[in-house]
Amino acid sequence: MCIAVPGRIVEIDDINMATVDFGGTTRVASADLVPGLSVGDYVLVHAGFIINRLDEEEAQETLKLFDQYLGLLEEEDDEISG
Amino acid sequence: MKYLDEFRDPGAAGALVARIRRTAARIQGEAKIMEICGSHTVAIFRSGIKSLLPGNVILVSGPGCPVCVTAMPDMDRMIAIPGKGEGRNPIVATFGDMVRVPGSFSSLERQKAEGADIRVAASPLDSLQWARENPEREVVFLGVGFETTSPTIAAVVRKAAELALKNFSVYPAFKLLPPALEALLDSPDGALDGFLCPGHVSVMLGSDAYAPYAEKYGRPCVISGFESLDILLGISMLLDQLADKKHEVVNAYGRAVDRGGNRKAMELLLTVFEPADALWRGLGEIPRSGLLFREGYRQFDAIERFGLEEVTTGTDPEGCGCASVLRGVLSPPDCPLFDNVCTPENPVGSCMVSSEGSCAAWHKYGRTGI
Repeated sequence: MCIAVPGRIVEIDDINMATVDFGGTTRVASADLVPGLSVGDYVLVHAGFIINRLDEEEAQETLKLFDQYLGLLEEEDDEISG
Repeated sequence: MKYLDEFRDPGAAGALVARIRRTAARIQGEAKIMEICGSHTVAIFRSGIKSLLPGNVILVSGPGCPVCVTAMPDMDRMIAIPGKGEGRNPIVATFGDMVRVPGSFSSLERQKAEGADIRVAASPLDSLQWARENPEREVVFLGVGFETTSPTIAAVVRKAAELALKNFSVYPAFKLLPPALEALLDSPDGALDGFLCPGHVSVMLGSDAYAPYAEKYGRPCVISGFESLDILLGISMLLDQLADKKHEVVNAYGRAVDRGGNRKAMELLLTVFEPADALWRGLGEIPRSGLLFREGYRQFDAIERFGLEEVTTGTDPEGCGCASVLRGVLSPPDCPLFDNVCTPENPVGSCMVSSEGSCAAWHKYGRTGI
């Protein structure tokens, strides 16, 4: 029940309701729980509310970690086959 | 960056699994890891992660399915609501999973078949809308959920207060996660080596919330997201710590969780509600693990409005293993009722009803690759 879905804000109206794009499907969600949201922000939506703003820098850090692990694995494979 | 496909890459999954296997080989004996959150349980089954783990890494499901841990007296009082309200047929608004949970004398589904107006809401905002559209009728929202969900309901209660709505109320059956974690760690069943902590509860709480438990009980806590790579990374980071005999809080879901959490949401939550002792299915009464209305908002309390304290409530069904399943001491297939008396079509206990219940997950995804 704690599922939240990532999407991008495409509009925020005058009563602080945001239209969020989830890969082509849009839904309206309340922007009341997160201060300072803007159009273009990637956010997580849970039960009709935006619960946070996603941090691209942090996401890139995690992806870098995956790349690093992948690199280590390839090195090991090379050692085994070599 | 779409924040989805990037975290599902099969190549990276292979690398993480290789890393997990290597680290697990450094650990003597078993590493028993509890995934606390029901959404993690489902994601783990669906992605087949269990089949990829080495034999000494054991994942057990915890009490983080809000529908599952709702205690029988709360279920019975909620199911009694349609019979209250002086014949005005109150609208009962709820998240879908609650509808089929058996109480001791009926279920919301059965009440609906008998004419009750039970409506499934995707958001608590829906119930507010129904209250505004039906000023002559009472609308009750069934407030279940952890810290991810409860602030959304607090926001709706505050809105109802601003609108001075007289026909809207909430049944407060919320649960707080940290006290449950502490209860599990204090329990003699214990024997858990580490915790995969729930990503979206942590969005609200912040990663610092786990530090006292990691420190006091010497168990590593890793916060993880819900994509397959997130979960594998979480498990890998837990094993790293177990192999090195560390017990720290590590945030493997940095794109969504920071140290302090969503302060605005938590402040709002604690403006409308205050911590109170609460009864959990499986874990019993846990001090300050639930939420009740605070002074100034009690006019929205469905328990008071409908006199629900007076409802005669029952106990858990005989033979049902949910209580032990929720503490991680009984695996669903080992429950004597599993898949014979108790099935998703005819559930006995809540863990077989909720799509996030571990019994329902075991039934659906079976023993494939376990």
